[in-house]
Order: sequence, then structure tokens, then C-alpha cells
Amino acid sequence: MDLNSLTIESTRTAIAEQRCTASALVEQFYGKIKAEDPGIHAYLTLCEDRASRQAKVIDDLTQKGAPLPPLAGVPVGIKDVMVTKGVRTTAGSKILENFIPPYDCTAVARLEAAGAIVLGKMNCDEFAMGSSNENSAYGPVRNPRDTSCVPGGSSGGSAAAVAAGMAVATLGSDTGGSIRQPASFCGVVGLMPTYGRVSRYGLIAFASSLDHIGPLTKTVRDAAILLRVIAGRDPLDSTSADIPVPDYEAELAKPVSGLRIGVPKEYFGEGLDAEVRAAVEAGIQKLRSAGCEIVDISMPHTAYAIPTYYVIATAEASANLARFDGVRYGHRAKGARTLAEMYRKSRDEGFGTEVKRRIMLGTYALSSGYYDAYYLKAQRVRTLLTRDFAEAFQKVDAIVTPTAPTPAFKLGEKADDPLSMYLADIYTVTADLAGVPGISVPCGNTQSGLPIGLQVLGRHFDESTVLRIGHAVE
Amino acid sequence: MKVTDKDVTYVADLANLELTDQERQRMLKDLNSVLDYIDRLNELDTSDVPPMAQISDKFGESRTAYPWREDTPRPSLPHAEALKNAPESDGDFFKVPKVIEK
Repeated sequence: MDLNSLTIESTRTAIAEQRCTASALVEQFYGKIKAEDPGIHAYLTLCEDRASRQAKVIDDLTQKGAPLPPLAGVPVGIKDVMVTKGVRTTAGSKILENFIPPYDCTAVARLEAAGAIVLGKMNCDEFAMGSSNENSAYGPVRNPRDTSCVPGGSSGGSAAAVAAGMAVATLGSDTGGSIRQPASFCGVVGLMPTYGRVSRYGLIAFASSLDHIGPLTKTVRDAAILLRVIAGRDPLDSTSADIPVPDYEAELAKPVSGLRIGVPKEYFGEGLDAEVRAAVEAGIQKLRSAGCEIVDISMPHTAYAIPTYYVIATAEASANLARFDGVRYGHRAKGARTLAEMYRKSRDEGFGTEVKRRIMLGTYALSSGYYDAYYLKAQRVRTLLTRDFAEAFQKVDAIVTPTAPTPAFKLGEKADDPLSMYLADIYTVTADLAGVPGISVPCGNTQSGLPIGLQVLGRHFDESTVLRIGHAVE
Repeated sequence: MKVTDKDVTYVADLANLELTDQERQRMLKDLNSVLDYIDRLNELDTSDVPPMAQISDKFGESRTAYPWREDTPRPSLPHAEALKNAPESDGDFFKVPKVIEK
């Protein structure tokens, strides 16, 4: 079978029609990963035993002629910030180098319950902090479309594996753009659902009010199929919403004509690459031809999204990462004489530069005398950014923008300048702050062959419209 | 410069980080450049704008969308499982260097 072109639908059909056993398919994927991944480095850990056990379950079902679950035999990869029982989970950090979780992340458990086969854990920026995957303690991921370029981040391994055909689909996480931006850089589909749509139970916390789990896939249809499986209330996450989950795949059949689509001028200003602009404008033209009404809108606070994000995300991260103390799990420094020294040395040795930088920034923003000036101020601006969306959605059904201001950049290009790296998320962070869903779909290539992504943002819990518009663009 | 050397030491201490001299110098430079950028937020008058901690605040009025679970006991992680990832334990407890100095 040609692994590069396999979608969820075609995998499911091949398994159901017994053109291939799940076990043989898994073996074929591991063969490809072992041959090709040394040049990409999308995987951090392979879980061959777990995968072959699950493949056998699916093969037993097909042999018996029993009904197959919706993802029967679909090989998937999981970003290494989601815990997997018995399978090492590092969060891309040295501090968790030997961590074997005692439980499964809800989204992973739901995928497996639906018949998916977890092949392994995907490389990512340490604790999902980064936009290029260069902050992984285990080394960078390379972009399969051009190996001198970054795959984006922080879900760089998840995006690269799908682009290189080393998994049919993957799960990523998005706190400031970490699903959509790498999807855009690697030429795949990346969906960030509404905050609360997918349980965060078992997602190693970066910034709890901004963290989202979502799929990276080859097609919008696959994203729709996966979302339905992982979405919905989970009693183990009190912020997961008890709101009905529609059949997103069926929703794709509805036409997009008549939908009102907003194009915010703030997303097409200074700093936007000319080729990206042209490709996104061509995508918008396509929607116009499909019968959508294109409306110019303004989201006046957009320029304040990055500074707001870097206060709130780092403040939450500084609290969330306080748990890494070398006591219950994770790295412990040797030779410390007191408890306080042990904490400091363990964290010093275990965390990388960007993680320390963010812990420092967040701790500073929350410290006495600065809390009001930074943290509270950012929370107030977050309200303004959320109002921008609420006002826009009174006029339009969805918003279309570029996913990122540029195509994939070179490895090392921005590694020494944190601020220029942060700006890679300039068009994606707003949706995380406002909690609205967003998707990145490929909408063309640069002359040098690098993919370009178009972003669709929608109303809270209206992934259906976001997916439909994405489907019309692809 | 907003952040001084002394601030870096103070904040590192709050965050339980030690940092090498080289890391401190780098941190001083990076924190100042990022905080300068963050200062843009002061261009906005937010005196009448309420702060927002979490998006579900918006839906939080409806306890049907975010129900509380029943307050009933359920099994927790077994003792042995909880100790499995510990860098050091005595089988009953996590072991740490001594807390009280003489």
C-alpha cells in the first residue's frame, strides 16, 4: 500500500475489505519510520508492543466479521505532551527523560477505543514552548518538504509525520498556534477545536486556560472524523463542555454558499510575506466563487495579542511547571545537600533555555509589585481581544486569515532571537486567547515549493462551519 | 532597563532556578527585550474592562455545560504505581534530602 496517500477513509476501507491486515499495515509503517525518520526525527518513542496488541484486536474483529469501530486500524502518532500508560512521555524535556505515565490521556484513550493504533510519540518543542521545534531537548525535527527548514512548532513532529506519510493522522496541542502553524509549514491540515471541546485530561499542562488538543491530518474530512472521536464531556476535566458533538463528517456535505466570511485587515498588514498573501487571497477568491459573501472587517486589538499571550501563557506556565521538583517523578540532580538545593539543581539541569526564560518571565509577571501591571493588565486586554471576535461574529459566520506570516523558515534562522520567534504566532494566538476554533488548510505553495496555510476561525463550538469552509478551500 | 541583575536573582529564587552566570546575562537581555514589547499593552485604556481568567467564564453561568461531578469517593492511583517514577523512595514514602539544617 502507498502509505503517503493513505487517509482515515482509505485505511478503514482497506482494513474492512481485508485487503490488508492491521498487523501488516503497522509493520509497513514501522518499516517506513525506521527507514525515513532518521532524516526527519518526527518520532521520539515507538510503542511497537502496544501497536501490535491493538492491531491484533482489530484483526480478530475483521476475521470474525464483527462490526468495526470508526478508526479501525488507523495508525496514529501522539504528541509527546499527552501521557500514555506504560509508554515513555517526555514533553520534549530532559526533566521527563525516563517518565513512564501510570495512566492514559483521555483523547488517546478515545482514539484507541475507536480502533486507532498508536505507533509512537511525536517530537515537539519542550513543554510545547516554541514555534520551530528547535526547543526539543532531543533535537530538532526537519520539514519533510524541505529538510533545511523547520516544520514549525510546537507540534512539529506531529505535522512532519503526517506530511511524510509516517502516520495517517496525529494529535497535537495548541496553546498559541502549535497545531495550526506547523500544519501550515508542512502542508497538512491542523485543527484547534474550541476551548472545552476536547478534554485536556492527561495533557501535560503548559498554560491551562489556553491549552487545546486537536488533530493533524491530510484532509479536512479526516480532521472531522478524528474530532468527533475525541470531542465531548469528560468528567476528568471540569473545563470540558457537556455540549452535544455533531457528526462533523456529515456536516461537510452542507454547501458553503451564502456563508458570510470576514477578512480582517489587521491580518494582512506589515510583515506578511507577499507569496503567502497571494495564496490566501486566491483561497478567499475560491470561497467567493463558491457563493460565500466576503466582508471586510476590523479586529482592532489584534496587534496586542502577542504581548497579552506572552504574559498570560508564561504566568500560567510558571505555576504549572512548579510541579517539576525532582521528588515524585522526573530528573533529580545528584549530590544536593538540602531540599531547596535539590529543587534548584534538578530544575536547572532538567529544563532547557526557552522553558527557563518563560518560567522567569511568568514568575516576574506574577511577582509582588508587578501583578497588576502585567498579569491583570493582560487579562483585561484578553477581554478586549475576545470582544473583537464576539463583535465580528455578529456580522460574519467565520473569519479567514493567513495561518502564519511566512512559509517555513530555515533551521537556526530565529533561534537566537526569542521575540522574532514569538511573532511567528502572530495570526494564531488570538484564537487561543478567545477560545474560538480554528483550522489551517493548505492553500498553495511558494515558488520554491514550500506550503502555505489558510486559517479559518469560527464561533465557539461551531467547528462544523470551520471544517466546511476549510473543506471548500482544500 | 526594567529588569536589573538583582531582579534576575530574586525571580530565579522565586522560581527555584539557579542559572549559571552566562544564563543570567542572557536572561537579563531577553527579559528586558520581551518586557519592552509587552509594554505596548499600556497604550490601551483598560480601566473599565474586566479581567478574564478563562474562556469558560463566558459559558460558566450555565452549570449544564460545565457540570460538577458528584462528590463520591473513587479509587485513586495505587500506592506502588504512584511511587514507580520517584527518583528515590523507601517503598512507603518519597525520599528527599533533609529539610531542616542544624
